[in-house]
Amino acid sequence: MSRDTALVSAEWAEKNLDAPGVVFVEVDEDTSAYDTGHIAGAIKLDWKTDLQDPVRRDFVNKSQFEALLSERGISNDDTVVLYGGNNNWFAAYAYWYFKLYGHGDVKLLDGGRKKWELDARPLVKDAVSRPATRYVAQEPDTSIRAFRDEVVDAIGTKNLVDVRSPDEFAGRLLAPAHLPQEQAQRAGHIPTAISVPWSKAANEDGTFKSDDELRRIYADAGLDDGRETIAYCRIGERSSHTWFVLQELLGHRNVKNYDGSWTEYGSLVGVPVALGDEPGEA
Amino acid sequence: MTAPTAAGCAAPDQAAPLPASLDLEKETVITGLVRAESGEAVPGAYVRLLDSTGEFTAEVVTSPAGQFRFFAAPGAWTLRALSRHGNGDTAVTAARGINEVAVTVA
Repeated sequence: MSRDTALVSAEWAEKNLDAPGVVFVEVDEDTSAYDTGHIAGAIKLDWKTDLQDPVRRDFVNKSQFEALLSERGISNDDTVVLYGGNNNWFAAYAYWYFKLYGHGDVKLLDGGRKKWELDARPLVKDAVSRPATRYVAQEPDTSIRAFRDEVVDAIGTKNLVDVRSPDEFAGRLLAPAHLPQEQAQRAGHIPTAISVPWSKAANEDGTFKSDDELRRIYADAGLDDGRETIAYCRIGERSSHTWFVLQELLGHRNVKNYDGSWTEYGSLVGVPVALGDEPGEA
Repeated sequence: MTAPTAAGCAAPDQAAPLPASLDLEKETVITGLVRAESGEAVPGAYVRLLDSTGEFTAEVVTSPAGQFRFFAAPGAWTLRALSRHGNGDTAVTAARGINEVAVTVA
C-alpha cells in the first residue's frame, strides 16, 4: 500500500462526488455532525451503534458487517472513501475494519471533516439512501489485529507503539483531555512501549505529514522496522490512525492494531505497567 | 451506567452542562469561548489543547455559542483555535476546578 492507493485529497473528492462506483462514508462516534451537514451523497456509519457489537465488547462480526454494508448500499466492488471528525480517528478505525474484512478498494479522505470545513467546502443536509446490496465479507484478517496475550508477549520483543498523548502515556491523564478523567483502569503504559502520539503524524488541519517526515518521526522514536509492531491507544481508534500511517502509507509489514488498548490492558490483573515518560524495562 | 470499556473518544457536546458526577476537587476543567476580533463568538472552530512542550493533547469543536471545554491536569497548557476566520493561541496555567479562558482568532 502507499499514499497513492490509500489516500485521496479533498480536491479529488470534490471532483468525484458523483463518480460511479465511489461511495463516500462519514464515520463518527457522535453522528450529530453528519446530521448538521455532510459531504454530498455521503452515507453515515455510527462507530458505536453500527460498528460495535451491542452486547459484548467486540466489533461487528463478519455477518453483522455484511448485513450493515448491504443495508447501507455498499457493494464489494465500490471504491469506499471514508472521512470523519476527530482528525479521521473513527474513519481510520473503519478503514481498518474494511481491510480486516477484505474490502478491495478503500481510501481515507486526507484531513477528514476538519480540512473540508476549514476549506469552506460545501456540506449538505440532504437525506441519502442507496439501494440495498448483497455484500460478502472475507474471513477477518487477524494479521492486522492484536489480542491481549500477544500484547503481553510482545513486551521487550516487538515494537509497541503507544499513540496516546504524552500525559496519558506517563500516567498523568487517564483519557484524552476532552473527556472527564474518572476511569476504572490504572494509569500508565505497557512497559517497553515507545511514545509516538498519533498527532505527530498529522498536520494541524488533520492531513497526514509527508512520507519523508513520517519515516523520520518513527525512526527517531526508535521504531525498528525489522520487527513486528503493535499500536495501541485507549480504545483502538487513535491507534488505527497510526496503523494506517505505518502499514498503508509507509508500507510496513506486520503492523497490528490492538483495539482492546488501554481500557483492556490497564484493567488486566497482574500485568506489568510502567509510569513516567520513559518506556521502562521488560 | 455505561461501562468504562464502552466509552468512546469522540468530543462530547461542548454546550452541555458539566456532568453531575464530575468531582471538581479532582478535575481540572479548562473552558471558555472562541471569539473573532469583532468580539463575536465563533461556532465550529477547532480548539486544540497543547501540553507544556507544545504537543497535541486533545481537540474539540466549539458549540453554536463558541464554547469549548477540556478535562486536563494542573499545569501549563496552550489553547490553539483554528477557524475559517483565522487562528489564535492563548496560554493558560490551570489549577484544579474550573479555569476560564478566552481565545481570539484573527
